[in-house]
Amino acid sequence: MTHNGMLLVDALRDPAGTARLDPAGWTALLTIARVEQLLGTLARKLSGLPVPDAVADILEEARINAEYQRRSALWEADCARRALADYAGKVVLMKGTAYVAAGLKAGEGRHIGDLDIMVAQANLPQIEAALLNAGWEWVKEDAYDDAYYRDHMHELPPLIHKERDRMIDVHHTILPLTARPRPDAEAMLADADALANGLYVLSPTDMLIHSAAHLFADGELDGGLRNLWDIHCLIDERADDAFWPALASRAAHHQLLAPAERAVRLAHQLYGTDIPSGWRRGHWPDTYYIRRLTARDHWGRGTHKLTRLLFYIRSHWLRMPPLMLARHLWTKWRKSA
Amino acid sequence: MVTPLDSLTLVYQRRSGITHIVAEPAPEILAAMGADALTADEVAQRLAAQFDFDSAQAADIIAARLNELADLGLVERCYA
Amino acid sequence: MHEFRVQVGPAAFRIGSQWKRPLDQLAELYRDYPVPQIPDYSVRLESVSLLRRFIRPSVAINGDYMLPDAAPLPLEQGLLAAEMAMNLQMALGWRRHVLLHASAVEKDGKALIMTGQSGSGKSTLAALLGHRGWRFMGDEFVLVDLESGDAVPFPRLISLKNEAIGAMLATALDGRFGPLMPSTPKGDIRHLVPPSDAIAHMARPARPALLLFPSFGFDAAVREVGPSEVFMRLTQASTNYVALGEKGFSTLTRFVQTVPARAIDYRDGIEAEALVNQLWAECA
Repeated sequence: MTHNGMLLVDALRDPAGTARLDPAGWTALLTIARVEQLLGTLARKLSGLPVPDAVADILEEARINAEYQRRSALWEADCARRALADYAGKVVLMKGTAYVAAGLKAGEGRHIGDLDIMVAQANLPQIEAALLNAGWEWVKEDAYDDAYYRDHMHELPPLIHKERDRMIDVHHTILPLTARPRPDAEAMLADADALANGLYVLSPTDMLIHSAAHLFADGELDGGLRNLWDIHCLIDERADDAFWPALASRAAHHQLLAPAERAVRLAHQLYGTDIPSGWRRGHWPDTYYIRRLTARDHWGRGTHKLTRLLFYIRSHWLRMPPLMLARHLWTKWRKSA
Repeated sequence: MVTPLDSLTLVYQRRSGITHIVAEPAPEILAAMGADALTADEVAQRLAAQFDFDSAQAADIIAARLNELADLGLVERCYA
Repeated sequence: MHEFRVQVGPAAFRIGSQWKRPLDQLAELYRDYPVPQIPDYSVRLESVSLLRRFIRPSVAINGDYMLPDAAPLPLEQGLLAAEMAMNLQMALGWRRHVLLHASAVEKDGKALIMTGQSGSGKSTLAALLGHRGWRFMGDEFVLVDLESGDAVPFPRLISLKNEAIGAMLATALDGRFGPLMPSTPKGDIRHLVPPSDAIAHMARPARPALLLFPSFGFDAAVREVGPSEVFMRLTQASTNYVALGEKGFSTLTRFVQTVPARAIDYRDGIEAEALVNQLWAECA
């Protein structure tokens, strides 16, 4: 397996170094940036640097796309805000939408998909009702998936808005209820920071912890390079001396210290993030993670199918106790047969 | 951005990126309001000053149009 | 993975395939087109499963932009799969021009643009006119420049369906045709290589001078179409209008305000050509 993903890592870490790329190198770099959903970010980093004409056109297109996604994401958040105007509790934006709404560097050029929000679990029925009333509807009609979602997952079944055709994911915590780490959702909500428009984002430490949890505890490592880039930007922009002890104790409180430490280490190893020496001590699986994260050929294809299947099982293993996993997979396979 | 064509007017809303196709009196209402926060009565009065109708009678109609524009996101309801 | 590259108008494609045959067919039909060094988009024709690579081989389209639930095609239609894949990349990814689902031909530096539903005949009309004194610019997408408003050529292989195949075989006597693909989801399909002047001048834009909404299968008729109706129909015919934001809005509004538009009904190619010539003289 080749590791052309390093082309992307190197380009983000040292944009001027792309001057050394030949056409084959550019072709591979751009293809991989697309599949890792980092083309908009790459375009931003290469802004102002000399590149071949064909590349300039591709990057400009990526910038237009990033601007479109940003605009759509902010509008979608605003529509949700208006739909939930009568809700007294906090509505916390998450992931890409949060980064752009808060004006963070992590949001610059970022690919943004659905709208992710987090609210208090006790208020889910009220939130559900308000969204359905304002034009959102359920995506899946399948009753089994619905029961699985409500009982075990960390979010409502997906909702999509009728007219705008955009999805919203309503979370009440950051990991599935059946996963082993049990983060403190109430604390995350309590410490969420207010934005000017009445919506909220997670506190700086919680934001990083969420990103790390999403990357590792979820298990599949898909989108890992982008996730780690988010973490790199978050640290770069907001980590002062007080940040690190706060991060350590907060992550421990959420039972997510190991993933947070690993995420910070990997961001440093890949992107050169400036982190305190105490956080740098490597662990042997790090190399394995880096290989997994950068395993792409010049067509952007990832690891072999068998490995992917093992990761799929592993990711579900992390989310569910083994007996439940067997039952869940059995039902899924039966239905698809 | 507002572009009148034959009987309809195109309104491009920058914040949402949505293009609305509206018929009168929507463009006239938007133009009369500018960036101000107004009640339906106040909007009716401004329009009556420009066009030929009784602002008292039109206030209900204008209120209905404003509701529709609010649902589209072209105006925002605010509470004094 | 075998590889094929082609430049069509302003877009450069890289097509990978686990089977050689579809790429050989593409290479033969596109032999007069430029070969790009750095592609804008990459697509891959891949097998659905290891077994299906060899037994009743079935082609799935993967690449930069993908439709997750798309049904795979049999290998004999691999050429069609590649063309569909290129269409998909343009429809979902292109942001450099306003993309209209339309056909276009050029005369005297001015463009005639035709748009409508599948079956309206826009593709066949463009193919026909392209062999009768006009320069063919494209039959699937028309690209409109965001600054100048010009129509930019995108002359891919012309996709002929059912009766149009016979009609063009009779018209394009020197034409190079691809293999016949019977019973595809859209009927019988055969590809035709655009005339050599279309390929040679693929970088030369033209100012849009007339927009037509053709309807095949009705008695000859002409109807004027007002700007707001044109605007609505063009936004429906564009996959990237929304993504382009403000620039899309100003380009399209300028288009509908400056380009005359007519809806025409016709029963055959001869009627269509006559109507086109009449309207071109009147409006262009």
